[in-house]
Amino acid sequence: MLGVTTMATKKIDEPTGIETVGHEWDGIEELNNPLPRWWVITMYLSIVFSIGYVVVYPAIPMLNKGSEGLWGWSSRGQLAEEMADGAAKRKAATDAIAATPLEALVKDDKLMPLAVAGGSAAFKQNCVQCHGSGAAGSLGYPNLKDEDWLWGGAIADIHTTLEHGIRSPDDAATRTSLMPNFGKDGVLTPAQVGDTAAYVLSLSGKHTADAAAQRGTANFAANCVVCHGTDGKGLRAFGAPNLTDAVWLYGGKPEQVTASINKAHAGVMPAWSKKLDAVTIKMLAAYVYSLGGGEETVSAPAAPASGTGNAKP
Amino acid sequence: MESLVARAGWWLAALLFAVFMFANAQDTGFAVHMAIFALAALAGLVIALRGTDYKLAAAGRMPVADQSRYDDGLIRAGVILTTFWGCVGFLVGLFIALQLAFPVLNLGFEYTTFGRLRPLHTSAVIFAFGGTALIATSFYIVQRTCRARLAFPALARFVFWGYQLFIVLAATGYVLGVTQGKEYAEPEWYVDLWLTLVWVAYLVVFVGTIIKRTEPHIYVANWFFLSFILTVAMLHLVNNANLPVSPFGSLSYPLWAGVQGALVQWWYGHNAVGFFLTAGFLAMMYYFVPKQAERPIYSYRLSIVHFWSLIFLYIWAGPHHLHYTALPDWAQTLGMVFSVMLWMPSWGGMINGLMTLNGAWDKVRTDPIIRMMVMSIAFYGMSTFEGPMMSIKSVNSLSHYTDWTIGHVHSGALGWNGMITFSAIYYLAPRLWNRERMYSLRMINWHFWLATIGIVFYAASMWVAGVTQGLMWREYGADNYLVNSFAETVAALHPMYLARAFGGILYLSGALIMAFNVWQTIAGNLRREEPLRQAAYDAQADRPLVAVPAE
Repeated sequence: MLGVTTMATKKIDEPTGIETVGHEWDGIEELNNPLPRWWVITMYLSIVFSIGYVVVYPAIPMLNKGSEGLWGWSSRGQLAEEMADGAAKRKAATDAIAATPLEALVKDDKLMPLAVAGGSAAFKQNCVQCHGSGAAGSLGYPNLKDEDWLWGGAIADIHTTLEHGIRSPDDAATRTSLMPNFGKDGVLTPAQVGDTAAYVLSLSGKHTADAAAQRGTANFAANCVVCHGTDGKGLRAFGAPNLTDAVWLYGGKPEQVTASINKAHAGVMPAWSKKLDAVTIKMLAAYVYSLGGGEETVSAPAAPASGTGNAKP
Repeated sequence: MESLVARAGWWLAALLFAVFMFANAQDTGFAVHMAIFALAALAGLVIALRGTDYKLAAAGRMPVADQSRYDDGLIRAGVILTTFWGCVGFLVGLFIALQLAFPVLNLGFEYTTFGRLRPLHTSAVIFAFGGTALIATSFYIVQRTCRARLAFPALARFVFWGYQLFIVLAATGYVLGVTQGKEYAEPEWYVDLWLTLVWVAYLVVFVGTIIKRTEPHIYVANWFFLSFILTVAMLHLVNNANLPVSPFGSLSYPLWAGVQGALVQWWYGHNAVGFFLTAGFLAMMYYFVPKQAERPIYSYRLSIVHFWSLIFLYIWAGPHHLHYTALPDWAQTLGMVFSVMLWMPSWGGMINGLMTLNGAWDKVRTDPIIRMMVMSIAFYGMSTFEGPMMSIKSVNSLSHYTDWTIGHVHSGALGWNGMITFSAIYYLAPRLWNRERMYSLRMINWHFWLATIGIVFYAASMWVAGVTQGLMWREYGADNYLVNSFAETVAALHPMYLARAFGGILYLSGALIMAFNVWQTIAGNLRREEPLRQAAYDAQADRPLVAVPAE
């Protein structure tokens, strides 16, 4: 009965002149147009292209590994080739840099710009995450553009810091020091911590030499001079910062200085010799040295020039 | 009466089970979700008890639906909820686009970070907006093209409202940080189980309706819907094969690890695009375009060949998401060539859609709904060309991981899925609520232009951003060193991110206009407005010739 009531009837569609297939659903009919020729041809072409591609490139899974393709291409091979190509183009420069001692490199007008360029590229990949893309640092991460150096600003010092890192747990020769948690571990009472902070701030003129600062003098002499020096100008052997200038690694506001005395910071930098090759580290040292704060190798730790560096609140 | 007691008993059992799970919950997310389950069961219980006509039930008779009408209650709810979820999804999308331009908008709460709102956006538009539209339109179309009421109406209600519950569970989970970390498959194991139940019921209702059809043949739209329902079931089950750590906690671990896990994930991810966003929406196109244009489908033969080639080829294309990764080269190659061969099968749908307008092209000028459909199919064609192109390894090495991919999916999602859904809503609303037409056709026209210009801003800015990013990442200087740091490439994209957000504002505005238009249509109002086109009328010429006697 169904077949009778819904029997399909083919008819010619008036606007296009094409015959319908004869089915009808909720008023929708279908024309009996053939597959568009260009569509069929393009589909066959894409299949032919695919077959060709499968023959020349790795494609067919076998028991242990896939087919390798006539052209012998592999994605890992392509990467290795491109990396080797880049290294080959840089080889003349990197070989010369590797053969030149650090102090001589600084004075070499031809090699130094090449080393700085290579160091800049490596810096953008490895160092900007902490030191910022302009190397200006941020709270907790030193600014590398000023003349305030924790562990030394001569190119050899910078190179050592890069190679072995700072408090890097996987390098025995890493630069290390540890400031005690004076407040947290009860070495100083809260009142004494406040007094010491007042004295420390008075060194750079950020606090008047009032009674609190006076009281802090004794605490400073008893606990801090070992590393920060009697004059508070710091000692590079311990990476102890100069407390008399306007540069503050962990902030120079009274509450920030108090917090640092209460619970000390111990920033960590990786030992890059574990990850980068020797020439790259050398070029990084050249780049950081060139940023503006590099020091002459011969000079003893110089007194920081007044009015320089980035003032941090 | 007995069946009422049984039904209420089931709801009560579900309620008690959810409360039991809630009481034993080991983490906040799981507890919140079990509370939502419990509330849903409580709502079901109250509706079951209050919705019963006890006089009729006591007399042993249950109310019987009018068998001479289609079962359209769920579809009406579907039109409203599709509109609602669309607006929510677009709003969250706009917000996270602004977060990318202005990171301060992360607001400092874990709940409002980009990482949690991004899956909220993708799921709201794909699964809430798109999924609700697919369920509603499939119920509408399968009834009409089979000329039969829905099989198992109670099960159909479970499918529809159970799916809405899935959406609520997924959305709240993302904000609370409950995720299994698989893109487009973020919900955890118990939500996956719930969706499995709903989906099997969906298959039963859909196939049941096809079996009880009174038409001799099965219409092409129903082939596409069926392939969508079946394949999504398979994808969902395989990609969510997870082992929960505890039956009372949200955390679970996948059975597949490492590169196998990645391959399964992108086999799923790509076929979610293929069968959810392509096959399902092609089914919508195959019904609404010929109905609105009042024209026959261009080619029956093309619909057969492109259907079978599309579903055969699509399922293999997933590995192109893993070019230049740990996935073996041979698998990458196969992913690429299957994507290239997929180009023409995809375009078969575009040809059939556009050429159906043969003999009715003038309607593009006069009918804003047709205009929307044409734009939708045009974007479908563009994205399904762009996809195979981006799957070619040398193109992919530039485009992969860049905003180009984002531009590509949005030209498909905003252009194809969005526009075809909007036109379906405009087709359905007057018919479902028995109105003469939509409240305002001019507002549809506004929606069309806002959405189109919005997509152009979105796609164009992301293409430029993606190519910029790709070129900057691989840029080597004359000294053979990389030129840019990652942060510099991010900074370079800022203007493009602003242009993208502007496009999002336009697209969202269009959707809000649609929401108002749908609301007014349901309320039964007709906007007094000039028709979009009127044939020329000359009052002077509109008179009989009167013979004038010669002087």
